Amino acid sequence: MSVVISIENLGKSYMIGHQGEERRYVAMRDVISDGMRKWWSRLRHPEYYTHENLEEFWALSNLNLEVREGERLGVIGRNGAGKTTLLKLLSRITEPTTGQINIRGRVASLLEVGTGFHPELTGRENIYLNGAILGMSRQEVRRKFDEIVDFSGVEQFLDTPVKRYSSGMHVRLGFSVAAHLEPEILVVDEVLAVGDASFQKKCIGKMNSVAKEGRTVLFVSHQMQAVSNLCNRAILLDRAKVVKEGGTDEVINSYLNEKATGKVVALKDRKDRQGNGKLRLVDTWVEDEKNNRLANVIMGKTVKICVRYEIPDGKAVNGLNVAFAVNSLQNIQISDLSNVTTGDDFFAPIPSNGIITCVIKKLPLNIGTYTYNIMIRENNNDILDYIVEAGKFDVTEGDFFGTGKITASDRLIMMEHNWKISPIGIV
Amino acid sequence: MAELAKQESWDLVIKPGSATKEYWFDLWRYRELFFILSWRDISVRYKQTIIGVLWAVLRPLLTMLVFTIVFGKIAKLPSERQAPYALMVYAAMLPWQFFATAVQESSNSLVSNASLISKVYFPRLIIPTSSIITSFVDFILSFAILLVLMAYYRFPPTWNMLLLPGFLLMAVLTAMGIGLYVTSLNVKFRDFRYVIPFIIQIGLYISPVGFSSSIIPEQYRLWYSLNPMVGVIDGFRWAILGGQSQLYWPGLLLSVGILLFFLWLGLSTFRKMERTFADMI
Repeated sequence: MSVVISIENLGKSYMIGHQGEERRYVAMRDVISDGMRKWWSRLRHPEYYTHENLEEFWALSNLNLEVREGERLGVIGRNGAGKTTLLKLLSRITEPTTGQINIRGRVASLLEVGTGFHPELTGRENIYLNGAILGMSRQEVRRKFDEIVDFSGVEQFLDTPVKRYSSGMHVRLGFSVAAHLEPEILVVDEVLAVGDASFQKKCIGKMNSVAKEGRTVLFVSHQMQAVSNLCNRAILLDRAKVVKEGGTDEVINSYLNEKATGKVVALKDRKDRQGNGKLRLVDTWVEDEKNNRLANVIMGKTVKICVRYEIPDGKAVNGLNVAFAVNSLQNIQISDLSNVTTGDDFFAPIPSNGIITCVIKKLPLNIGTYTYNIMIRENNNDILDYIVEAGKFDVTEGDFFGTGKITASDRLIMMEHNWKISPIGIV
Repeated sequence: MAELAKQESWDLVIKPGSATKEYWFDLWRYRELFFILSWRDISVRYKQTIIGVLWAVLRPLLTMLVFTIVFGKIAKLPSERQAPYALMVYAAMLPWQFFATAVQESSNSLVSNASLISKVYFPRLIIPTSSIITSFVDFILSFAILLVLMAYYRFPPTWNMLLLPGFLLMAVLTAMGIGLYVTSLNVKFRDFRYVIPFIIQIGLYISPVGFSSSIIPEQYRLWYSLNPMVGVIDGFRWAILGGQSQLYWPGLLLSVGILLFFLWLGLSTFRKMERTFADMI
């Protein structure tokens, strides 16, 4: 099989503002006021004047990759590892900063389903619109129109504006158009995360058949199940680099077992902490039952959140109230975990060096990335140390209900539940 | 040698700065997208409400009425020879309205199509230009009203009318040049959009829409034509009012020169900014 994509030394950098918040576009107001301020400060302190307040951030660097014809390559990695950047470069949405990509054949990329759908237009009109956006000609869409409609299963609503569609119908219609593209190379991002299970199955089936016809598929997903179903090879990206390449299952395993070493700033070096400093948090991690540190935990499994602390001056501490607040990436505070509420009080004497472990028997979180804040107070409620987003972990899909079914969705939490049906007798 | 043969067989090579070479070719390849986006904007615009159509008709008519009363009746400014004042104003409203909507629409087009830009590749030039086409539909509607007005005033068209498409092209190119420039600024400086309506508002008064440019003193006439819309509006009047209006050639040529400059400025700024649009939006 010949090489259809060859990537050499690919890199992409973004300039990000230094003051925390990432400012991607500027307001003229700021440019003018910043300009005035800089001019003024240069006038007063010419020696301190620094030119730029921007920092270069490499979303991808030195990436080399070859993809052969008919291969189904999975691209995995945690958020911010550069997966989407890679796809955006491949689909020419942004330009690389360094290196080059050589491609043989027509590329169609699907970074979102139903891109460009207009709510006011009918399903029929949107099929043509979306087709054109994805690079199909009008004749091509016309030729495949019936097939597209058939696949989507929304034929009754073809002449209804899509603003009246349910989100499921929206996705189905969008994917159907995309599925009928006939590119030599298909690049797909995380689009299967939406839509119901049966439709997802249909999509995977479609992508499989695309690959069987000798076409190449690049697939990015957080859903390991989907990747392992579809792909025959995978790469693992971490912090802008390919860290592993090989058979799908092997790469997925190494992703799941990846040690929790990827923190940007080690906890002991964090400066953004509150509290009187009598006790200092120095490390935190998440581990499984067998005490293996993990960056990725599986839903429904036993998970331990651990934090190591030191009492620098060895001063006596009068008992500890420990609280972890678990947040979703959208910054929803999902739950507070506290040793006071569970009755596991820590009374004096407290060891001056120790590890506090919180055991969660059956992790009720859905797939996604979660962070946790740690606050430690003395019994008299003085805050000893408090760090927001002290730690972070990813939850991957698992068999939560113990039924052999892998359940995952974009909802936040998993709940244990049972069902029954009972007849109502006529009294 | 083998290396060379291998290199040549790639269909697409993506590297920093490569977009430039294939750009114009891509523009042609994506022409269908251009038509379909224009069609989308037009059909959405006229689908939502009957007001859409009504508005296209009412806006120039009402402005004409106000200008005729204020400039013609109250200020008693002269018309172009024998032409009815209202007709003279309307002849200028046509290109002005087109220009104003085109600039407005195109300046917002990239931001309102942000989701497209960050998800699919195509020459970005398609978006602002297709939104200029949308304003063209309004123009056709207003032009139909012009014919009605001319019939009302019993003002027969002359052969000059045949040159109208030429002046229309001037209006399109002016709108495109300025529109593209403003569009690029609008993506970069997101608060620029508050400035645009203001600039357009001022433009309406400094361009000869409510009055005839013949009232400008002779010695300033050439300077006045630095505004490219002056040439366009004078041209429209000349084509529509026939013998009642005279062309001021030096001014017209200057306007053409200025509009070409704006077209160059708009295109080059847009092209330069284009590669970073997806990163900024």
